[in-house]
Amino acid sequence: MGEWWTTVPIGTSMGNYEASRISHATMSPSRQNNYVSMYSLPLSKSSYSVISAFCTEDNISPCISYINQELDSLGLSSICIEASSPGGAGLSAVPALNAMYELLQIHRRNMCTLEELEKEQLKKTSSLEHMQMNNSRLKDQLELSIREKSGLHETERQLQLKIKTLQSCLKTEKDEVQKLQNIIASRASQYSHDAKRKEREASKLKERLSQLLVDRKDKKLAIDVLNCLGRSDGRRSHWKTAKATASHEGEMYKSLLSDYEASQRSLMLENAELKKVLQQMKKEMIHILSPRQSSSRRATADDTQEQVDSDGEEKAGDSSRETLDQSCEHAREQLTNSIRQQWRKLRNHMEKLDSQASQVQNQLESNKEVIPRETHDEEMERMRHEVQQCKEFIHTQQQLLQQQLNTSFDDETAALLNDCYTLEEKERLKEEWRLFEEQKRNFERERKNFTEAAIRLGREKKAFQEDRATWLKNQFLNMTPFTDRRRCSSSDGHSALSIRSEPEMRISSTNTQPAKSSTYATFSTPKPTQSATVPSTTELYRTLRLIPDSRSPRQRQTFNSFACRTPCRTLCSLVCPPAPTPSGHRKSAPSCETTVFIGLHFDATGKS
Amino acid sequence: MNFSEVFKQSNQLCKVSPDGKYLATCVQYRLVVRDMSTLQILQLYTCLDQISHMDWSSDSLFILCAMYKRGLVQVWSLEQPDWHCKIDEGSIGLLSSRWSPDGRHILNTTEFHLRITVWSLCTKAVSYIKYPKACQKGIDFSRDGCYMALAERRDCKDYVSVFVCDDWHLLRHFETETQDLGGLEWSPNGCVLAVWDSCLEYKVLLYSLDGRLLSTYSAYEWSLGVKTVTWSPSSQFLAIGSYDEKVRVLNHITWKKITQFEHPATINNTKAVVYKEVERRPAVGADDLSLHNITIGTTLFNTQSKYEICPPPVQIPVVKPDPDRANPKIGVSTLAFSSDSRYLATKNDNMASVVWVWDMQNMSLEAVLEQCSAVRCFQWDPRRPRLALCTGNSKLYLWSPAGCVSVEVPTEGGFQVQSLNWHCSGDSLILLGKEQLLKLTETQRTLEYTSGLPSHTHLAGNV
Repeated sequence: MGEWWTTVPIGTSMGNYEASRISHATMSPSRQNNYVSMYSLPLSKSSYSVISAFCTEDNISPCISYINQELDSLGLSSICIEASSPGGAGLSAVPALNAMYELLQIHRRNMCTLEELEKEQLKKTSSLEHMQMNNSRLKDQLELSIREKSGLHETERQLQLKIKTLQSCLKTEKDEVQKLQNIIASRASQYSHDAKRKEREASKLKERLSQLLVDRKDKKLAIDVLNCLGRSDGRRSHWKTAKATASHEGEMYKSLLSDYEASQRSLMLENAELKKVLQQMKKEMIHILSPRQSSSRRATADDTQEQVDSDGEEKAGDSSRETLDQSCEHAREQLTNSIRQQWRKLRNHMEKLDSQASQVQNQLESNKEVIPRETHDEEMERMRHEVQQCKEFIHTQQQLLQQQLNTSFDDETAALLNDCYTLEEKERLKEEWRLFEEQKRNFERERKNFTEAAIRLGREKKAFQEDRATWLKNQFLNMTPFTDRRRCSSSDGHSALSIRSEPEMRISSTNTQPAKSSTYATFSTPKPTQSATVPSTTELYRTLRLIPDSRSPRQRQTFNSFACRTPCRTLCSLVCPPAPTPSGHRKSAPSCETTVFIGLHFDATGKS
Repeated sequence: MNFSEVFKQSNQLCKVSPDGKYLATCVQYRLVVRDMSTLQILQLYTCLDQISHMDWSSDSLFILCAMYKRGLVQVWSLEQPDWHCKIDEGSIGLLSSRWSPDGRHILNTTEFHLRITVWSLCTKAVSYIKYPKACQKGIDFSRDGCYMALAERRDCKDYVSVFVCDDWHLLRHFETETQDLGGLEWSPNGCVLAVWDSCLEYKVLLYSLDGRLLSTYSAYEWSLGVKTVTWSPSSQFLAIGSYDEKVRVLNHITWKKITQFEHPATINNTKAVVYKEVERRPAVGADDLSLHNITIGTTLFNTQSKYEICPPPVQIPVVKPDPDRANPKIGVSTLAFSSDSRYLATKNDNMASVVWVWDMQNMSLEAVLEQCSAVRCFQWDPRRPRLALCTGNSKLYLWSPAGCVSVEVPTEGGFQVQSLNWHCSGDSLILLGKEQLLKLTETQRTLEYTSGLPSHTHLAGNV
């Protein structure tokens, strides 16, 4: 915006510059009369008198020379203003005008360029403004982003700080943990050490105590039994011997063995149970799998391979069954293998079934997908039909409603309404009829006018032909001073007569026949000369239109005057087209006649 | 259900003979032996001082009465009332006394666990076993009575000695891989010895009878470990209750964990039945306030209670243990298998009022019994899968797979059931109060009640 304001002073300065230049221009030639410049500064219309003071009666020649110099400087050297008479006050007009013209041209051009420049300037300023706005906006954005960046930097810095503090915290915590762990470890070791020490002390004390007890021979330590009891099992106690210890060992191992045997037995039982279950499962699996295979025997080699496998497995299963009771490694392996194979097969089968099921489902789904489309179309059709029905229904309802409304107006009102309508209609018709009548009358009148005009035109034409004939005759007679002039004139007169006869005929025909537009075509006579004389319908219409009834007498007058004028005058009017009124007539004049006239004219000029 | 009259007892010393014929009770310094069926006094013995421990011999012929303060043990014969035996441990003092499985030897542990004195009643012979370890359960006899396992501590190392109980021959002596042995227990079939470390470490070791290490099991480290270990009667399972409020069950073949039972504060298990004891005071109408009713109806002041089945999820009251005190009250401290090894009852110490019953066939939670007050004691019927429990009030609670009942003990002056003992036949139950006891004999009807009726049925005390 600031730029806009800055441009203004430039404009003003330019204006000043121009003004100064003008003032300079005005000043320089008239140094002797400096006062003029004082008045020439304000460029107003009132200053005309002052400017006129630039050139006075006394300083015409210096002024001229000055102007010439100026023009030279402007590059208009070709033009040189000169006084019409040396020392005289007059100026030769042509060069002065040319100079002025040139100056004006230059001025206009300058103005144009100025205007263009101004426009350009405006454009430039606007674009500049736009640019500046853009610039400021971008600057704002930049500032904003810079601020954001700085904010982000700040937060990042803070986060970094936080991280640092947290890391230090973590480090201290870790140290703490380490320290605590060390403390715990040291405490634990100390504790265990102390405990051991204490325990040793305690044991020492215990030892001491027991020693003391032994030493003191505690009298009180005694058992007082009335009589000794027999052993609970009734046997007598025996000495501790190696045999006894051996028997104890034996007992122990026996009990252990019995326990192991018992556990083994239970395990065996469990194992047997499990095996039984396994066998049953296997059997059932085979049972499940075999019918499918028999049914799908036709299937691929894969299946046959499976069949073979299964046979092998069955054998293996049988063998495993046989060797089941042996429970040897081999049998177990076989059994597990067969079970594994069976299981694999079962899994395959299940997968196949699964895939089949999924296929079926897919098919179902696809079917589902197809069906809806059809049903959709059907549905659409049905719905369209329904819509149609509904529309019809609505229509009938509307009709019924209308009827209801109509009937609800009783017949009288309906009749009244109808009457009203018919009355209105009648009125309108009457009006139209009246209009029509008027038009008809107008038309009639026009026709009458037309016929009258046609008659008049015919007459005028006839008069004109006669005039021409006489004129031509005279002309001819004047031009040929020879004896044969008479013969020629006679022949001309014949021709003129012959020409004259035709319009008469035409007029008679027009008289006999009413002027009907449709019959005009028949009026185009075979001779071209004849056609030239006969006024065309367009001509008629034009005359009718151009010259209303009031003017028709004047027309006739002009025609008459035209006819009565001198040949020279007529020729002139024919050659130069300034007069507008006879243009229609002139146009309608046949071309051959015109050429004739032109030829005559040239002759006349040549004569003049 | 028949309730006997109330008898006196002291120190909760009341035991039924192993053959189930007699009932021995101690009242101060007197030992009373009654006929179990009639509760008639058969014998009355007088000891030298207040009895602190009493036990039947395995053949139900002798009764041991220990007076720890005086370091004395007196043995009485049921067949020969005149026969007497007195064992004086002398100045060293007595810590515990027990019968050997054959019922002809008495093992006395002296003060400071200095030694174990084995007194033979057959030969008057005395033998010592040195260095017994002072621990939770340092001595255990195999179920058949053949072997005794004893934990020892020598030179800051743990050892186990296996003795043949017949002639106290040392069969095996081996060092165990424990930091601080906490206890040992024979499997019911007597072939495997389970040894576990003290609570500072979770470690369970399994030794064969001949001292071979069969397996080691440790669930976790760096935390308080094993709290209790129990064999199933079938020797098939070894249940380990620990401080992490879980019970881990090991199998007897691979000695690996089969399953673990957690004790969550919120029970979401939809298959388990949660029985919640609901107490309610009987509504006292104007008529009931007459003097007649008050004098007669002693139960008027007692609260009635019944079980209600709560739909899951159920929130269980949890007491947070004090972490600064030793032996925090948290973790599974009590485990009990039913006689058929079908069910396992557990109690988590920070949920003292709740008993959990687990199904060992499906390895799942079967039932939860939420009592109004802390459970004091629970014991399985030795014959049937039936659990009896008491909470220190005047009621006895019974659970069976069919349901759950609470039974009011109809005594005057209120009978606070502190402990209970099943008779070996499973037909009767001895309830011990603070200074009283009574026998509860079941009729067929009660069995029907406990096994056939809807769970929340409330059994009136005088049924």
